[in-house]
Amino acid sequence: MSEFAIETTNLTKRFGDVIAVDNLNLKIPYREIFGLLGPNGAGKTTTLNMLCTILKQSSGKALVDRHDIDKEPDAVRKSIGIVFQDPSIDDRLTGRENLEIHAALYGVTLADGKKRIENVLALVELEDKADKLMRTYSGGMRRRLELARGLLHYPKILFLDEPTIGLDPQTREHIWKYIKELIHREKITVVLTTHYLEEADELCDKIGIIDYGRIVALDTPEKLKRRIGGDVITAEVSNPKQLAVELKKHDPTLTLAFTEKIIRVTIPEGEKYIPHIVHAATSLGANVDSISVKKPTLNDVFLAYTGHEIREETGKAMGTMSMVHRRRIK
Amino acid sequence: MSVTRSIYVLWLREVKREWREKTRIIASLTTPILWLFIFGTGMRAGKIEGITDYQVFIFPGVIGMTLLFSSIRSGISVIWDKEFGFMKEILVAPVSRSTIILGKAMGGATNAFLQGIIVLVLSPLIGLWLHPVRAVLALPTMFIMALGLECIGLLIGIFLDSLEGFQLIMSFLNMPMFFLSGAIFPLSMAPKALAVAGYIDPLTYGVDALRIILLGNYGILPLWIDLTIVCMFALLMISLCSLALRKKKQ
Repeated sequence: MSEFAIETTNLTKRFGDVIAVDNLNLKIPYREIFGLLGPNGAGKTTTLNMLCTILKQSSGKALVDRHDIDKEPDAVRKSIGIVFQDPSIDDRLTGRENLEIHAALYGVTLADGKKRIENVLALVELEDKADKLMRTYSGGMRRRLELARGLLHYPKILFLDEPTIGLDPQTREHIWKYIKELIHREKITVVLTTHYLEEADELCDKIGIIDYGRIVALDTPEKLKRRIGGDVITAEVSNPKQLAVELKKHDPTLTLAFTEKIIRVTIPEGEKYIPHIVHAATSLGANVDSISVKKPTLNDVFLAYTGHEIREETGKAMGTMSMVHRRRIK
Repeated sequence: MSVTRSIYVLWLREVKREWREKTRIIASLTTPILWLFIFGTGMRAGKIEGITDYQVFIFPGVIGMTLLFSSIRSGISVIWDKEFGFMKEILVAPVSRSTIILGKAMGGATNAFLQGIIVLVLSPLIGLWLHPVRAVLALPTMFIMALGLECIGLLIGIFLDSLEGFQLIMSFLNMPMFFLSGAIFPLSMAPKALAVAGYIDPLTYGVDALRIILLGNYGILPLWIDLTIVCMFALLMISLCSLALRKKKQ
């Protein structure tokens, strides 16, 4: 018996000549919150689609909740809940009707289903909207309902494919709140894909950075970030050189660079270091004209691990209708 | 139990979606009513040998047309489901492909069937007073006809990805199937080539059965042959759709 919720062995998917997922070996323990982080086209969704049994792998093997995705797709489907990247609700029905269909398809008993539907609706705070047609929902509300639906049948593993894509920052933070809450309440394994570093950082126990269908780094968010070196503080001061010497005196291992007007320090938790710079500068009698902290982005992480920038988006061609639809959801 | 319930919820979804769109229902009832009252009334003046009342003659054909148009049109729901993602939700659910097809087909067929009943109820307006027993006996035939025709729509929907493509194929199918079914002229009087084409059209047997059941007249084949073919066609089409959904890669 495997203690892993997900275990893949050389899982590979080819589309013609293109290798979308390349010999993926993943082991995700039960109750872990795992994030697949990578740019569009890195193979995240393809991986997820294979694990969800909607796409057949070209070679390799995968166990989901100890069931082979190839041989026992129905057992896999019963064990998992999915929130797709693209909307997948029927917007001509009400929220509750969508949930009722889901409950029936997943064999949740009628009596239990009623309670459970109330339960998941409460989790995403949509109780009073439940009987409205879904076409009247906002993008964030639709996402919440999809989250609720993904949980409805007590899955052991929940897949979230880009759970906050296309949502505004405020809504995104809301969704994060609900995800954290459900992780806390349902005690399930979560596999999410994202191309937002903050998102993976905020939610995940472990992050796998994926590029060209391969995992290039796999670790906790803290360790990954530490390897990049942390935030970049850029300060405009009158005497960068002296300041650099002064700062080095306190911490000889400090990573810094300076020009005639600017000093740049790379350090974890940069905002806490700002007072220190200001203090050091004033003690030298220098002026600080401006100071800024830049959090590492996915681009920086990428650069650090893959040696190249995130390539331009090469999302597969979408039908015009789904484009329109997605825009509307935003 | 859980299969029945799955079919039931998928059926219910189709029915709810249809009847929430009142304009769609009205639009789809307009065509048969125009044929029955304008075309039918206009043609009444002409004489066709062996036909006493032309409007009454085409009445079962117009019911057949209502079933045909409504059924095939509802195949478009597959394309909507694909475009708006609901298809994914159904496809990853732990239910078999034939369950999905049965739910959808019965839902669409029910909608067509209910519209057929509306037309059936209009019969007194053309001076046709149906015996209630005849009307009731026509219902199961109408439903099974709708089921088979519905699957034609679903099949197209499964294979196509664009609404435009669907509409194009639909317009290429609807009219020929309607004309060739003997709905508006007796196939027995048609030239040989046309009659042969008519016998290939699955709608022909449904219209013929409805004529025999409703009017007790104008039948060209024995009722049992008509009914057997209508049922076999429905079964065949349901199997084809399930197969197609299984084969069709995402």
